[in-house]
Amino acid sequence: MSDPIYEKVRGNPKFAELVRRRGRLAALLSALVLGAYYCFMMVVAFAPQILAVPLTEGGALTIGAPIGAAIIIISWLLTGVYSHFANGPFEQLNNDIVRETLK
Amino acid sequence: MIRPVARISAVMAAAVLIAAPALAAGGDLGVVEKQPINLSAIGMFLVFVLLTLGITYWAATRTRSASDFYTAGGGITGFQNGLAIAGDYMSAATLLGLSSLVFAKGFDGFIYTISFFVGWPIILFLMAERLRNLGRFTFADIASYRLDQSKIRTFAALGSLAVVCFYLIVQMVGAGQLIKLLFGLDYAVAVVMVGVLMVVYVTFGGMIATTWVQIIKACLMLGGGIVLTLLALSHFGFSLEAMAQSAMASHKEGVKIMGPGTMMADPVSAVSMSLGLVFGTAALPHIMMRFFTVPNAREARKSVFVASGIIGFFFLLVCVLGMAAITIVGTDPQFFEGGQVGGKLLGGGNMPIMHLSKALGGNLFLGFLSAVAFATILAVVSGLALAGASAISHDIYARVIKKGQCSEQEELRVSKWASLVLGALGVVLGIMFEKQNVAFLVGLTFGIAASANFPILILSMYWKGLTTKGALWGGLTGLISAVTMVILSKAVWVVVLEKPAPIFPYEHPALFSMTLAFLVTFVVSKLDRSEQAKAEIAAFDDQYVRSQTGIGAAAASNH
Repeated sequence: MSDPIYEKVRGNPKFAELVRRRGRLAALLSALVLGAYYCFMMVVAFAPQILAVPLTEGGALTIGAPIGAAIIIISWLLTGVYSHFANGPFEQLNNDIVRETLK
Repeated sequence: MIRPVARISAVMAAAVLIAAPALAAGGDLGVVEKQPINLSAIGMFLVFVLLTLGITYWAATRTRSASDFYTAGGGITGFQNGLAIAGDYMSAATLLGLSSLVFAKGFDGFIYTISFFVGWPIILFLMAERLRNLGRFTFADIASYRLDQSKIRTFAALGSLAVVCFYLIVQMVGAGQLIKLLFGLDYAVAVVMVGVLMVVYVTFGGMIATTWVQIIKACLMLGGGIVLTLLALSHFGFSLEAMAQSAMASHKEGVKIMGPGTMMADPVSAVSMSLGLVFGTAALPHIMMRFFTVPNAREARKSVFVASGIIGFFFLLVCVLGMAAITIVGTDPQFFEGGQVGGKLLGGGNMPIMHLSKALGGNLFLGFLSAVAFATILAVVSGLALAGASAISHDIYARVIKKGQCSEQEELRVSKWASLVLGALGVVLGIMFEKQNVAFLVGLTFGIAASANFPILILSMYWKGLTTKGALWGGLTGLISAVTMVILSKAVWVVVLEKPAPIFPYEHPALFSMTLAFLVTFVVSKLDRSEQAKAEIAAFDDQYVRSQTGIGAAAASNH
């Protein structure tokens, strides 16, 4: 007893395309963020001395500082990447689907 | 080795949760001392209160329907909502707690800060658009979308209420202690003030007023943070390297503070902590509710992009401030009790950033930052009260008790009463818990959110095979196991019940309770062969289309 409107959307090849492409992007970006974060945490847990190497000879800042900051900044930039695609081409696709369905 | 954190560790909700055992467990210095009345702080705070009350008055004239009340009619833009989410998430915990962790532990504090952040991209990638497309007012809307309306909705609403109540106590106790310390007011006066203002914002102004309180607060906090960071950097000739050199020379652990220390040595604790934080955050009812205030999924995504940018930027500032405080506060006798450098910090271990603002910007700047800290608590409790009130009025009253057969006005009336009751409850519990160490409540809050609410929420959106029976059993398993593990852990078993050794060896239950919840949900759903289960599984396909495309979702069209 599926709703005919939803039935119609499922029959639309654009829907399959939207779900596949947007889902793949979301999965890829999640894997990147979680992968980077958990790698970092594993280094912290098992090989902390790697992060304690000074940036410059005799300097105080360690390479851990830019790496940590990079995790925050890059994962934020990735939210930008996702928003760019999901709000751009994928949203276009979505709007097409909605228009074709409600017409 | 670590100085015990002051009583106001309660305030630093999540920071206590993620803090090392020594920090979390030893987080009790007795009640903080009342300070002399700080007029500039009170003056600036009054300006904030008057401004927000003005906004509440304006918001009240625009709050007519239930949708206005719960979600500002879906009329908040992505950018505004991003600011408001940041305002919701950057609590006093992040300002005071994270900076004091960096102050005390150096690089380890930075690791926590990162863990605190990574949940946001994940919320965007996996949840934001589905939340927006499926939900209307509450997270129970989504959980019960195709499952049994009364059972799952009741369970989800009670899960939300549990999270709201525990977090409310934490915030109330924190508010009382912080205000006593910064403003020189009585604990009880402070708690009652927070309760009254919260009820006024929520009952009269609903989501519109709450959103604007959060937006203003986020801007104030960001502005204050930027100015303070610039002052701190100028102290070291705008060189991070010089700041780090100086911090290393000033800190008693010297070079060790620049690399990972001992706090994260145990990988099980580290993973459990980060799971609880990441997925607990994703299932906090007051955070999820923010996704229903924007008109569509497009704006929902934009709001996470804006929010995570602000949060990430602010977190980095906070770490720089913590490092600056190591030298500027850590070597200045005026900030230590009895003038003993390296002794007990005035006001307790959460105060480095407050002292830093005084050292760099004088009393006026300290007053400003104090006012911001108070505003922060107000913004967070308002969001909590609104989330709790909507669980009572929308889920339990209108949907479960009245089966949807009640007028919007009636539902609104119930939610206003509910927020009044929640406010009163918050004040009473806040006063009751004054002398308790409430760190364990933070563990409970995130434990329940991650183990009872999150599995149901995510599986209902992603897994076709989920059935009512599975969700109910899994949710209950998560709830009971999280509560039991927190009780058996050090924070309750040793600190509150004063037993010699904890039975559950880790501080954070999420790794175990969440896994258990998912497992039970999966197995019970698979074994469920009832007719109802078949219908629920069949209903997934339609839900899936709506979650992806937003067709059929409530938009801002009711305007």
